[in-house]
Amino acid sequence: MPDLLIELFSEEIPARMQGMARDELRKRVTDGLVEAGLTYASAGAFSTPRRLVLAVEELTAESRPVREERKGPNTSAPAAALEGFLRSTGLTVDQLEKRADKKGEVWFAVIERPGRTAAEIVAEVLEATIRNFPWPKSMRWGAGSLRWVRPLHSILCILSDEGGASVVPLTVEGIAAGNSTEGHRFMAPGRFAVSSFEDYAARLRRARVMLDQGEREAAIWSQAQNLAFAQGLEVVEDKGLLAEVAGLVEWPVPLMGRIGEDFLGLPPEVLQTSMKEHQKFFSVKNPKTGRIEGFVTVANIETPDHGATILKGNQKVLAARLSDARFFWENDLRVARAGMGEWAEGLKSVTFHNKLGSQADRVERIAALAREIAPLVGADAGDAERAARIAKLDLRSSMVGEFPELQGTMGRYYALEALKSDPPRPPSEPAPGLTRGLGEAEGGPGSSPGRGGNPIADAARDHYSPLGPSDAVPTEPVSVAVALADKLDTLTGFWAIDEKPTGSKDPFALRRAALGVIRLVLGNGVRGLELYHTFAIGWNAHTIPGFWAKIAAGNASLKAGKVPPPEPIDMEWITRRNAVIADLVSFFYDRLKVYLRDQGVRHDVIDACLSLPGADDLTLLVKRATALSDTLKTEDGANLIQGFKRANNILTQAEQKDGVEYSFGADPTYAEGPEERALFRALDEAEARIGPAMQAEDFPAAMAAMAALRAPIDAFFTAVQINTDNATVRRNRLNLLHRIRAVCSGVADLSRIEG
Amino acid sequence: MAETSAAPRSFQEIILRLQAYWAAQGCAVLQPYDMEVGAGTFHPATTLRSLGTKPWAAAYVQPSRRPTDGRYGENPNRLQHYYQYQVIIKPSPPDLQALYLGSLAAIGIDLSVHDIRFVEDDWESPTLGAWGLGWEVWCDGMEVSQFTYFQQVGGHDCRPVSGELTYGLERLAMYVMGVDHVMDMPFNDPSAPIPLTYGDIFRQTEEEYSRHNFDGATTEMLFRHFEDAEAECQRLLDFPAEDPKTGKHIVMAHPAYDQCIKASHIFNLLDARGVISVTERQAYIGRVRALAKKCADAFRLTEAGADAPLAEAGA
Repeated sequence: MPDLLIELFSEEIPARMQGMARDELRKRVTDGLVEAGLTYASAGAFSTPRRLVLAVEELTAESRPVREERKGPNTSAPAAALEGFLRSTGLTVDQLEKRADKKGEVWFAVIERPGRTAAEIVAEVLEATIRNFPWPKSMRWGAGSLRWVRPLHSILCILSDEGGASVVPLTVEGIAAGNSTEGHRFMAPGRFAVSSFEDYAARLRRARVMLDQGEREAAIWSQAQNLAFAQGLEVVEDKGLLAEVAGLVEWPVPLMGRIGEDFLGLPPEVLQTSMKEHQKFFSVKNPKTGRIEGFVTVANIETPDHGATILKGNQKVLAARLSDARFFWENDLRVARAGMGEWAEGLKSVTFHNKLGSQADRVERIAALAREIAPLVGADAGDAERAARIAKLDLRSSMVGEFPELQGTMGRYYALEALKSDPPRPPSEPAPGLTRGLGEAEGGPGSSPGRGGNPIADAARDHYSPLGPSDAVPTEPVSVAVALADKLDTLTGFWAIDEKPTGSKDPFALRRAALGVIRLVLGNGVRGLELYHTFAIGWNAHTIPGFWAKIAAGNASLKAGKVPPPEPIDMEWITRRNAVIADLVSFFYDRLKVYLRDQGVRHDVIDACLSLPGADDLTLLVKRATALSDTLKTEDGANLIQGFKRANNILTQAEQKDGVEYSFGADPTYAEGPEERALFRALDEAEARIGPAMQAEDFPAAMAAMAALRAPIDAFFTAVQINTDNATVRRNRLNLLHRIRAVCSGVADLSRIEG
Repeated sequence: MAETSAAPRSFQEIILRLQAYWAAQGCAVLQPYDMEVGAGTFHPATTLRSLGTKPWAAAYVQPSRRPTDGRYGENPNRLQHYYQYQVIIKPSPPDLQALYLGSLAAIGIDLSVHDIRFVEDDWESPTLGAWGLGWEVWCDGMEVSQFTYFQQVGGHDCRPVSGELTYGLERLAMYVMGVDHVMDMPFNDPSAPIPLTYGDIFRQTEEEYSRHNFDGATTEMLFRHFEDAEAECQRLLDFPAEDPKTGKHIVMAHPAYDQCIKASHIFNLLDARGVISVTERQAYIGRVRALAKKCADAFRLTEAGADAPLAEAGA
């Protein structure tokens, strides 16, 4: 059985596309081979910046002949039907057979496909693969029309076995497949022929090309570590960078250099980001000081001076880059020490979204909302507001202008600098009570500054979190308040202007924002952040010009004992507000279902809990849902659902049929058997336990009390016929069923549970 | 591999060697375009000539202006007026990478001791409605050139594709000669009777233009000139192709394109003066792009920009 070797040799393939290209090459070629009737033992794909390679082992030498019979139209059918059949089979009339069939005489096509050689099939499959390759971006070159990621120069395609190797005859756009390739561009130029995959890999290695991406990564990583270790330092791990760098070289040669003394005062994140983004350097850390003191660059060539020239050049480029960074840092520090007023002013001219105003407008809203939320999360209202006003200022700094990914990180540094001259004040005077429920409490336990970090400065860094599913949820109360306010303002804003996510499109990352709110609330056990109410505030802030100023003015006149005159009510505005908020709340519930699904709570369980009061308090809702979910996993719980549904169905049918609602209290004196009397007792007992347990938010106890109804309900249904001839007894029993429904619905709406 | 030449001693020697090298490769060595442009790509020898099927090979130095980059001659690497070396070949030859590496060797870069890398960098010019795929070329971690296969210019697909090389001459020369500050770089031979550095020639003008770009240029006038250039470009293209005086078919694609270049430079100046807001910025870029597209459309109607008859193109 022959082995197949394919190499597509081109100009430099972008590093970020190589992984996908390896997978696609393997998949497309092997799928094509199998579809054409060949089998193989194994297939492996490789890449370097200049080549994409596939090695297939033990390919069958030819496909089996295939005989296919296809039934066509009746011989008396219209000519068009016959023509269509001929087209689809590729035969002519004289090649068809007439055969008798149940419905008369029918055309039959017997198509015999002889077995084909592997070479024939490979040529066809490879050409199709090249022509249809799904590069994220592809191009034409010269006068040709073939598209590839960069100009394709040669195709190596051989089948080899014990008898030797043969080139698969194949020509794509004037490029004829052969058995030769090139080595390293600078260290081993020139073409050479190969006879098998082993031969190919070995010759490439001699020609200074390490074929396997994984091997290059391992070589870079171990050599880089050795270089650092020799000087008592360590390389900062960065898997993404490692993969990228391994995709930029055919023969990796790591070189280590030191960062100039002048630059060691820059924040480590700045050094790391600048070196990685601009130069693709690994950072090297001094484990004793934690400082970034050096770098590792990976060259693609071994030189007579052992990389001295290369290192010197790289060092020079780095120095120029870091001079820029230091210039930004020093400029920014000057603005920060002056209180960052320049940046606050600057945010006024930065548009956040053309329908949602400037970044400065946004900061105003977030600050006011953070103040409202603060008491709910145990933060001081004044601190939260102050942190919110500071949190976005770094967007105007030169450093973030250069490295947007440092937003927040720089914000914390600059805030620390600004706060040196103006430290956070101690827990402040009560926040003015602005709205129902919110804004009344004072700073909670977490509001005192100076515990460990600086909560106001930390909020500048942490208020963007959580960004992704793996990003940690902030727990510092000030950060939590600002993070919630930021996301809630964004969500209500985009809902107010009707820019909601649709399908796969979510350009403003609103799903992520909603998930962020959910995780912040649940992760910190935040209570009292009621969605309807909170969104109403957000909506007001977005749609009433000067909303917060009006509130403040209103509060001031209340304080002075004057009741402000009521404003005229715009019913249309209120109707629209309610519709938008209801939509946003249901979006939240959907996100919550997705989030809880991953934690093993079913969506119908959440639906069952939504009907109860306070369901827009997410912490409360999830507590209930989790308890219900646990209960449903018990035997009593699962069976209770069946009993409940039976009771509910009988009751609903009877109510529909009779046109009455059976909600009168059932009377135990009409109970006939012991099972019926037992159910009365059980319901009394459950009711007595459920009420207080729900009140105390002891949901497991309430659920247990409900689940305890399972046995009496089952026994009742086994022993008792509801629809008896005695109308009084029947009515009483239907009323009893109603009690079952009523008692259970104090815990959850079990009719929403599926299955 | 290409033979490495001796180290050059001056900025102009690097330019002369590039001129000689690309002349030897068969390029027409053109002179700079006589208008203010932001980059060598704006030269009609690149933008317009990359359209249509007629083969083309040209190389030239292009003085380029980026008003916002002015640093009063103080920054070691940044200038508001600098030089680009531009090579444009249509159709792109299959050995363009090798030709390019040969040019590095010709200016004294020893390819056996330096680390040359082709790092993905897709090029796009929003003002020209142009894009292409290619790389930035790194020498020991420093970007020394931009290497692009043009896919589209002025909204037209490039068929055949042109290969474009752009060298940032000052940066490249500073690296080759080991100079740290651009103003210290020898412009002519340091042993000449009157040796001149880059600073001798450009320090003062960098100061003058920096002040002009940031504070001096009259914005009301520039806004007016932008409108004028835009209108003139359109007006020139609106002429019927038939010239009543000569009876010839004359589309004024190049004169119209001059107005497009002018509008583009005025926009850059206004940007440096800080009088264009973020939202307006996009609108201005869009207006220049609209002109570039119209000029490209017009050039395609001319002899130089038309598709050659099949027999000729297929040769």
